[in-house]
Amino acid sequence: MNPYRRAPSILIPAILVYVFLYAPIVGLILYSFNASRTNVTFEGFIPSFSGRVVMEGSLVKSAPCGPFHWYCDLAKNSDVLEAAGNTLTIAFTATILSTIIGTMAALAMQRYDFKLKPFTQLSLYIPIVIPEIVMGIGILTLFSQFFGWFNGLFGLTGDARLSMGIVTVTVSHIAFMVPFVTLVVQARLQGFDKAYEEAAMDLGANEWTTFRRVTFPMILPGVLSGALLAFTLSLDDFVITFFTNGPGSTTLPIYVYGLLRRIITPQVNALSTVWILIVFLAVLLLQWLQSREAKPQHE
Amino acid sequence: MLKRLRENKSAQGTLLALPTTVWMFILLIIPLLLTLVISFGKRSPDGEVIYTFSFDNYLRLMGFSSCDGGQSLCFDPIYLQILWRSLQLAFNTTVLVILMAYPLAYFIARADPKRRNTFLFMVLIPLWTNFVIRVYAWMMLLRKEGAVNIVIGTVAKWLGIDFVPLELLYTPGAVLIGMVYEFLPFMILPIFTSLEKIENSLYEAAADLGAGSFRTFLRVTLPLSMPGVVAGTILVFIPVMGTFIVSDILGGRQYILVGNLIQRQFLDARDPAFGSAASLILMVMTLVVTYFYTRKFGFGEEIIAA
Repeated sequence: MNPYRRAPSILIPAILVYVFLYAPIVGLILYSFNASRTNVTFEGFIPSFSGRVVMEGSLVKSAPCGPFHWYCDLAKNSDVLEAAGNTLTIAFTATILSTIIGTMAALAMQRYDFKLKPFTQLSLYIPIVIPEIVMGIGILTLFSQFFGWFNGLFGLTGDARLSMGIVTVTVSHIAFMVPFVTLVVQARLQGFDKAYEEAAMDLGANEWTTFRRVTFPMILPGVLSGALLAFTLSLDDFVITFFTNGPGSTTLPIYVYGLLRRIITPQVNALSTVWILIVFLAVLLLQWLQSREAKPQHE
Repeated sequence: MLKRLRENKSAQGTLLALPTTVWMFILLIIPLLLTLVISFGKRSPDGEVIYTFSFDNYLRLMGFSSCDGGQSLCFDPIYLQILWRSLQLAFNTTVLVILMAYPLAYFIARADPKRRNTFLFMVLIPLWTNFVIRVYAWMMLLRKEGAVNIVIGTVAKWLGIDFVPLELLYTPGAVLIGMVYEFLPFMILPIFTSLEKIENSLYEAAADLGAGSFRTFLRVTLPLSMPGVVAGTILVFIPVMGTFIVSDILGGRQYILVGNLIQRQFLDARDPAFGSAASLILMVMTLVVTYFYTRKFGFGEEIIAA
């Protein structure tokens, strides 16, 4: 019997698991076109375009954007736009910082021996093996104790008080992103042929030139996929953000979570659909980067 | 000065690792130590922490509390039940996830190499879709008017059976389904990685020695894919133990897991000392389970692949 031939029995379970993975996503997208405002049952698509929104009970009969009514509605929602802005600000800042210090740490861990190494290793390992909530409430406690003490010490009141906000969220995001950046860059450094660097040094380049012209270009795909992974982790994060955000620093996951406890219109589905689309593109980009990285580079 | 640094390799390494080390020290190590210190503290009437050294919070978690105004010790296992429920749920989720992930990972690993990337890509999309959105999707599906009831209703009608839509949302089953859905991709990827690493020559050898496809699977494929299963288990078990959104949204107010317990101590109940103790117990529980599990089955590099 040919051992390579796929047993037909495996095809059906595989399809069923794919159905399980995609049914919720398909449902989510379908309901974003729902004519029903209450969004409990699917009442069909919004049939026509018109200058203004025409409602009949809880059903939207026609709207300026037609079937895409909820998407247009979403674009006008200032809370969503603010949350999206916060999410991106935090993700960009945290990604840049965590990529820089994470890459430095990866170089240190892979290339050097130093006294601090076991401790650094441990602190990079812990976030991966403890539940996120443990880290989240730890950071919450740290900030609230520190802010309480600091505000009391300087007698700060009102808006002058230190409090949770975009800064605390960003700083905390970096803490859980760095281990992943380091992991990815270290994996790239492991497959790195030191002969290139030695050749550069032999030809008279100093350490900095060697790093800038040889090492960095070669590990760049690894750094980029580490950065992209970090970026996605930050966009996606709920738990750490939940415990470290404050007024004015609501991110999209926190915003959606808040909505789920109130009345849900198809707008939430429209938001989810846009988000899924962005993720789709991001994963495509990540795969493209990794396929480039997989090819050996000879120059 | 610069010249001395150039010659001192150890100082270079320290300098490169310093920003990360300091960052992790402030935002990971100190918070964990602070959690430990506070867990021995007490709650003041206005919800602040009073620093003391008492084991009250831990005793309370174990079910012992003083009652009759401190005259006697009462036993109420409510928190033990929550811990046990979380462990059970994490166990059940992990088992179900393995049963679903393995066939799919096997299918992808054996697929035509040209299509393999597409199949993998299809696993990554749900994985990277936001956690909260995925819970919301199941909330819609499991409602009385949701798709699951519509599908069952249609089948029942077709078979001529009377069907009253089921109340699926806000049940322990809904939480289990939500958890399985959330963490399924974390199992598929490491199992796939370890299956992909198995060399074809091993299958050839098994076939040459007369093993059928079932025996080949049992004696070659399964043992060699165990590192992937172990890595996946760690990636699933740890977060399931600590997650509170799934139970919050799909389980309703009554269904409490350790994650919900901790979250409520910090936000609603305002008892950070008790919450810290619960958080440490959670951490110890996951570390102990992970430690014994990895010691028994080994710790594969597959964990990095995911």
